[in-house]
Amino acid sequence: MSEVVNDELWAQLRRTTPARIALGRVGHALPLAEVLDFQLAHARARDAVHAALDGAALAAELAPLPVLQVESDAPDRATYLRRPDLGRRLSARSAALLAAASKRCDVVFVIGDGLSATGVQAGAVRLLRACMAELADLTIGPVVIAKAARVALADPVGEALGARVSVMIIGERPGLSVHDSLGIYMTFGPRSGRSDAERNCISNIHGAGGLSPQDAARTLGWLLREALRRQLSGVELKDDQTPLLSAKEQGPA
Amino acid sequence: MPFSCDLGGERHSFEDLKAVLAAASPLRSGDELAGLAATSSTRRVAARWLLADLPLAVFLSEALVPYEADEVTRLIIDSHDAAAFAPIAHLTIGGFRDWLLSEAADGPTLAAIARGVTPEMAAAVSKLMRGQDLIAVAQKIRVVTAFRSTIGLPSRLSTRLQPNHPADDPRGIAAAVLDGLLHGVGDAVIGVNPASDSVPAATTLIRMLDELREAYAIPTQSCVLTHVTNSLAIMERGAPVDLVFQSVAGSEDANAGFGIDLAVLREAHAAAKALGRGTVGRNVMYFETGQGSALSANAHHGVDQQTMEARAYGVARAFDPLLVNTVVGFIGPEYLYDGKQIIRAGLEDHFCGKLLGLPMGCDVCYTNHAEADQDDMDSLMTLLTVAGCSFLICVPGSDDVMLSYQSLSNHDALYLRSVMGLRPAPEFEAWLAEVGIAAPDGRLRALSHGASPFVRRIAESLA
Repeated sequence: MSEVVNDELWAQLRRTTPARIALGRVGHALPLAEVLDFQLAHARARDAVHAALDGAALAAELAPLPVLQVESDAPDRATYLRRPDLGRRLSARSAALLAAASKRCDVVFVIGDGLSATGVQAGAVRLLRACMAELADLTIGPVVIAKAARVALADPVGEALGARVSVMIIGERPGLSVHDSLGIYMTFGPRSGRSDAERNCISNIHGAGGLSPQDAARTLGWLLREALRRQLSGVELKDDQTPLLSAKEQGPA
Repeated sequence: MPFSCDLGGERHSFEDLKAVLAAASPLRSGDELAGLAATSSTRRVAARWLLADLPLAVFLSEALVPYEADEVTRLIIDSHDAAAFAPIAHLTIGGFRDWLLSEAADGPTLAAIARGVTPEMAAAVSKLMRGQDLIAVAQKIRVVTAFRSTIGLPSRLSTRLQPNHPADDPRGIAAAVLDGLLHGVGDAVIGVNPASDSVPAATTLIRMLDELREAYAIPTQSCVLTHVTNSLAIMERGAPVDLVFQSVAGSEDANAGFGIDLAVLREAHAAAKALGRGTVGRNVMYFETGQGSALSANAHHGVDQQTMEARAYGVARAFDPLLVNTVVGFIGPEYLYDGKQIIRAGLEDHFCGKLLGLPMGCDVCYTNHAEADQDDMDSLMTLLTVAGCSFLICVPGSDDVMLSYQSLSNHDALYLRSVMGLRPAPEFEAWLAEVGIAAPDGRLRALSHGASPFVRRIAESLA
């Protein structure tokens, strides 16, 4: 038998928080329905972490935009999770590909799987188009689709393509309630070795009460123009318009 | 100084003491990431043989992180209590392990040597101990601290109620507080991680929690886990701060990455003590730590992550904290890869903290990109409770909706207290009975039939 204090009262309290309150109990344990509900949320998050990005499908969605497909030095998902340093470096093949494609541009967009390929597959193209619409007067390089990517992979990519600013759109670490959240990381003067303090982050972009693609794109548009004007990005660019980059949002970095 | 060991016809050489310690550590991804892990299983055992024969006192003459360059090392060396160390000064690290497990090393004896043990000694001996050794020795050590409730008494298990909300909504936080209280949770602290980093937002939450605590005369303490400099600003404004929180790490550089040094901790400790808000005790600090924090700030000085973690306890114990806990699985799989590594780290952290004399608790937790699940957390919380862990962190339904990770649930506290016959802090236990949440025998009431006038009143005031 599960039990709660008073259904009507608790129904009101439950509306004040997404937390799993008033679950009732069986003996001292959670009722089975709550156990299975939790397991389902965890399974979705795990599947998002381990899903493979379908680069070809993304490229088809992006057509006719020019696309380059690259991957980091992390050979598989298990290594990727253990070795963030490898996820920040281009594979030799990818470095050669970008060197051959090299051409100067203002902005290069990188779509990286990060910790939620599911989120990227579902929402990155829409977010990218919203961002591009905000930056229509700038020269945009080819869209780089990156597998096994950490945030800092945008550094060598931007450097190779001669971009003034790199913008990484990446899957954030999935939580139980949201497993398809995206983050945007913008870096002025991208080159290997940039620190996270030199980036601006727009996080929690998703459809379950998070930031909308349009709002995120507007924030990026403002930040990117400021970055070009002041020739820097990161903590020095922070002001009230920018959500603070808090520790919990640094998941994929 | 190089070290070497012959094992089965093979010679294993190590560049220095740091290398021996790192190689002796049970395998974990953070040491692999740092390039410090033993390169083979055999080499790991060779390092343990070597370590076992080194004198415990080696750590008093050979600093792993240079004394001149690091204020944490200076704190550890300058505050070392030679008189407390005297009874164990003759031991090797292996001999220390055997002595800790002996009947001679009872609770009072272990408490008496605590200030003679450095964090490096604690870390080194833990590397020679199996899981059951870590449990058996920790279980002998009781560290009692107090503010409005008393933490760490025998046959007690305390809990932090963690009512986080993604937008810091005061009503949502209060609803989660009520949910925890009705499960008998919150006797260590009611502690919120704020989503916002601002002083005004934290002040609002501190006032709200204090009003709630006052209104229902709850014998516990509240804390908003904001940066220590924010807490100083909040105290200057006269807001009711019970406990000052801070994350701490094991080197000066790593602490600088958190935006702190020992001086600011001293300042906050003095300010919070001066408020005199505790009723049964004067421990006013709350620290969190976690293996990997020094490496993630590139401030580990080539030292393995478990030894750096123990050094963070060296920082904590300088401030007589009410509560210290490792957030063991929060940092992610690049430091602790799976359930096995998280469980081992949780037991090590609890053992090292207790051996050093800290009121050690644990946030038994994991993230969704770690190879871990609820079964692993069930194992770790059960092992820690057998080990006499002072307190555990609980969130509704194990789901922290602000920090997006899984901790223990309020229900888990009920399970642990029930299967091991443990009770909450005495002041809180009496309050639970007084307001009708618990029956006189301590068991929580069946709420659907037993909703007391108190529960009705508090729920209605929030709804």
